[in-house]
Amino acid sequence: MECVFGLVGKGFAIVVADTSAVHGILVHKTNEEKIMKLDSHKLIAASGEGGDRVQFSEYIHKNVALYQFRNGIPLTTSAAANFTRAELAAALRKNPYAVNILLAGYDNHTGPSLYYIDYLATLHKVDKAAFGYASYLSLSMMDTHYHAGMSLQEAIDLVDKCITEIRSRLVVAPPNFVMKIVDQHGARECAWRQSLPSASPTFC
Amino acid sequence: MICGLKSEIMKLDTSGLESFSTLTAPGDGVVVEFSAPPSFQLPNSNDFDGFVKEAIQMVKPAKGTTTLAFIFKDGVIVAADSRASMGGYISSQSVKKIIEINPYMLGTMAGGAADCQFWHRNLGIKCRLHELANKRRISVTGASKLLANILYSYRGMGLSVGTMIAGWDETGPSLYYVDSEGGRLKGTRFSVGSGSPYAYGVLDNGYRYDLSVEEAVELGRRAIYHATFRDGASGGVVSVYHVGPEGWKKWTGDDVGDLHYQYYPVVPSTVEQEMAEATGA
Repeated sequence: MECVFGLVGKGFAIVVADTSAVHGILVHKTNEEKIMKLDSHKLIAASGEGGDRVQFSEYIHKNVALYQFRNGIPLTTSAAANFTRAELAAALRKNPYAVNILLAGYDNHTGPSLYYIDYLATLHKVDKAAFGYASYLSLSMMDTHYHAGMSLQEAIDLVDKCITEIRSRLVVAPPNFVMKIVDQHGARECAWRQSLPSASPTFC
Repeated sequence: MICGLKSEIMKLDTSGLESFSTLTAPGDGVVVEFSAPPSFQLPNSNDFDGFVKEAIQMVKPAKGTTTLAFIFKDGVIVAADSRASMGGYISSQSVKKIIEINPYMLGTMAGGAADCQFWHRNLGIKCRLHELANKRRISVTGASKLLANILYSYRGMGLSVGTMIAGWDETGPSLYYVDSEGGRLKGTRFSVGSGSPYAYGVLDNGYRYDLSVEEAVELGRRAIYHATFRDGASGGVVSVYHVGPEGWKKWTGDDVGDLHYQYYPVVPSTVEQEMAEATGA
């Protein structure tokens, strides 16, 4: 029931993920962050099994940081996405990672971009994408209302429409969502949409 | 391959196996190399995948337990039952499910008892080595990450561990949930095991951050008791520990049967129907 989706707007890319950590029928946490800051201008939103999701995201994060230390310049979003795909592909026929990833980034020359990388190491550069059950409910919504060069407010309205749709139509809809955005100023948290106060107080 | 980037397949953490590689007895004519890398024997089976699946299934029913832990203003409360069951048979009513990793950190056991005991002991060793090497105690964050990485490297091999690491370090009280799938979650309230849904109900309802130590201990004990009442695979004795700034302290060890009559004493009730004397024929 993990929901991850995202889209590219005018000068920014936004990714949204649910924040429930689920085990069978039990929800252990309702404020788990599944969108990780890969570097100053990249976000990686991952959905999949708990161990794989965190371990693989951290592995990519450390390698991206290592490249920057060794070479003095950060990777472009395209390079980071291709590296991620290559790691998934290398492990695929040995010890596969069960993680689906949306990689959003901003480069100074090429602007914002969003990459769809699934657990079979498929890579596509896209304008809008969704994983999991969210895809059934939000892709058609996004296809209808999306146009190139949406403003931030238009994009947030579209995201809210998708979240409303997920909440009303998905049988075990996650209660809380987090939105993160990346633009020329960097990657940062944009907003939360909570229908249930988090099980853990925010000092955690 | 992008130049300059490391990309190795993740290696198994074999530090838990180091001592075993020198114990092989070369009595059967096979030459043992002293520089052999640490290894363990694979089972003699044509269908290794099937064997692994069977091993996992064999261990699965053993997650019959209820453990819980929560953070409040005065530290962490850790509580657990003490029943071990194998299917429908209760193999023990007195299992220690709260493991003392070191004087300020506790771990709980759910899943395979041997897996939990061994890896918690191994974690205790690693924590002590960290203290000696760095002249300061390891944080709960660090300890839980060590355990999570070890369990992740054995992913898919049949380990069954669902544990919570609770402790008090420089940043205050901390609680992490770590399992054998490699997942690791930081939180303030967790319950693990077959009786955990029942425990969550009582725990979520009675929880407040500003509980006193006595109230928090009672909440933990009550939640475990209710889980043992409804879940057949949990029972025995409720143990409750409190982790404070000075370390952990065991608070209670009550039998759930006694607790039942304490919470719900038998009240003499009027008999609905009385048997009348049979009239002589």
